[in-house]
Amino acid sequence: MPAPRRRRLNRKLAPWLFLAPGVLMFLIYVLIPIGESMWISFFQWDGLSAKTWVGLSNYLELLDDDAFYTSLKNNLIWLVLYMLAIPFGLFIALFLNQTVRGIRIYKSLFFFPFVISQVVVGLIFSWFYAPGFGLFFELTKWLDGTGIAILANPNTVTYGIIAAGLWPQIAYCMILYLTGLNAVAPDQIEAARLDGAKGIKMLWYVVLPQLRPATFIAVVVTVIGALRSFDLVSIMTDGGPFGSSRVLSYYMYEQALSEYGYRMGYGAAIAVVLFAIMMIFISGFIWKMWRDERGL
Amino acid sequence: MNFLKTTALVALMGSIAIPAMAEQRVLKLFTDASDPAPKAAFEQLVKGFEAENPDVKVEVNTFDHEGYKTAIRNFLTADSPDLANWYAGNRMAPFVNAGQFTDVSDVWEENGLKDSLGSALKSMTIDGKQWGVPYTYYQWGIYYNKDVYKKAGVEVPKTWDEFISNCKKFKEMGVDCLTTGTKALWPAAGIFDYLDLRTNGYDFHMKLTSGEIPWTDDRVKAVFAEWKKVLPYTTKNVAAIDWQDAVSNIVQGKAANYVMGNFAVATFKDGGMTNDTLGFMDFPTINPDIPRAEEAPTDTIHIPAGAKNKADAKKFLAYVAKADVQTKMNEELGQLPINKNSSVGDDPYLQAGFKILSTADGGIAQFFDRDAPAQMAKAGMEGFQEFMAYPDHLDAILERLEKVRQRVYKN
Repeated sequence: MPAPRRRRLNRKLAPWLFLAPGVLMFLIYVLIPIGESMWISFFQWDGLSAKTWVGLSNYLELLDDDAFYTSLKNNLIWLVLYMLAIPFGLFIALFLNQTVRGIRIYKSLFFFPFVISQVVVGLIFSWFYAPGFGLFFELTKWLDGTGIAILANPNTVTYGIIAAGLWPQIAYCMILYLTGLNAVAPDQIEAARLDGAKGIKMLWYVVLPQLRPATFIAVVVTVIGALRSFDLVSIMTDGGPFGSSRVLSYYMYEQALSEYGYRMGYGAAIAVVLFAIMMIFISGFIWKMWRDERGL
Repeated sequence: MNFLKTTALVALMGSIAIPAMAEQRVLKLFTDASDPAPKAAFEQLVKGFEAENPDVKVEVNTFDHEGYKTAIRNFLTADSPDLANWYAGNRMAPFVNAGQFTDVSDVWEENGLKDSLGSALKSMTIDGKQWGVPYTYYQWGIYYNKDVYKKAGVEVPKTWDEFISNCKKFKEMGVDCLTTGTKALWPAAGIFDYLDLRTNGYDFHMKLTSGEIPWTDDRVKAVFAEWKKVLPYTTKNVAAIDWQDAVSNIVQGKAANYVMGNFAVATFKDGGMTNDTLGFMDFPTINPDIPRAEEAPTDTIHIPAGAKNKADAKKFLAYVAKADVQTKMNEELGQLPINKNSSVGDDPYLQAGFKILSTADGGIAQFFDRDAPAQMAKAGMEGFQEFMAYPDHLDAILERLEKVRQRVYKN
């Protein structure tokens, strides 16, 4: 009698035991820090001396902070323009999805920007734009006589950084679509061809529907990539000129951890806002995945 | 067997060493001298002090230069050393006001430092007392291309008006009169500091950076009015230029003048300039009635309030203040000694700097981001950067800075 009961207990316990390491890690490194950030955002704290409870005043200050709105606006621009990576990536993937001599070399060349570090991408582009010696600057100088310094102008700087960010992001989307294209059923293409489908129609009605999983992943990584954009801003402009290229993640770092910062509470409040924005997208994605799994 | 022998030997030596150590008093020194030159300078300083005081053993604990800025906030309250190095001016004010540094006015009094270290007296004094001893600084000023001056046929200016009228000549030649690179923000603050020191003087500048004067004050606007005069002759797009890249404008003769600290000389020389082509001048006079003040970030040594061996720490401070010690130490650092009886090598820029600093009767400012608290410094330098690109935004900039001032200095 005792043997089956123990077996039943084991069956109940085993999944939890297997899950335990993951759950523990997730708790320690994700959930607890999120809670802690929220808690800290109600304090005024320089990271060393005693914390002072200030209630919602960090959030109230955010509402009256021009730099916060600049960052929010820039995050929005990032989000919208970063989406360009998906059609561009698809286009390049379709272009590269053919059997020509040496195609592997072309593929790896197109994939190259995703492999190099964001720091290098940032440096290359800031030299490209640099007034005085940058290729782009010299080109515009040749065209209009004075030259356009993208990174010195508050109206263009964010677009300049996004262009740099799109370079590796397009490569990333491209590789997602390339693997997706491998899975496209050749018999359906064949059948469509027999029915007289060609070009855009073939792409839209036959190929793209089969690429839906790849598109979903591409949207997810691009949205998240846009929202956590930090490296390029930090490398190319330090949020400048005069704070006009800040995004939320960089502003949070600046307030909480940089040399001129040590306002942990305020930084945490920015982090909470960023988290809330991400939550909108993340819950949307999870909801969609859940529906797909249910076969709805 | 061998192992046993070694162990026995170590034990034996240990038993000899311990009583010897007990007679020696220990002095703990925490420093951020992690770069090669400062490290060598401190090693030499400690060796010299130990030779003079054989009964004291100095234990040096070197921190990473950047990490030190956070570490000091920890160790002053938790585990105090006997000596710690830091910076003069308002940078030390938070620690002085929190009672973390020891008053060392007696060291200054007994060793006649008010005379020999006179140029740094004001920046070491809070509430009429001295809180540490300075050991090195370097000057700021204008570095210029002598060839460009010769080509334009203009004299090195003494006043701001002469400087501006030179600018017109440079412009005719297609040369930028003033260059800088404000990508990292701080180079713009050097220009602001000097314009304010020359327009309103040291005391006003100190009050402004310590939050006692509103940014919307007319005297602040006067500073920007002077700045505006030179903006048409300043390199364009400086917000996207690194300070090192702006150096090449001077090297290549595309620009004439650069407001910079003396550390930049190495970069100028790497670019191919020599003592014959690179000139240095003191920032020109704007208001002749105010005493001449200069900008020289000063490094200092302090005794934390929680120090255990204050008697020897004070001896150490007196040693650091000596003329010959500062001479030797700054040879190693490539910077300027503060003691006016010290001597500098034959580097013309260091000699020029030593002359203007040791005769600055207005006072020595520490640089905007050391004189003003961190958040104010950041907002201010961003404002300067914006002003250089959009001078007509001035009113909005000053109102924003005033808002920051009212928040930052509240507590």
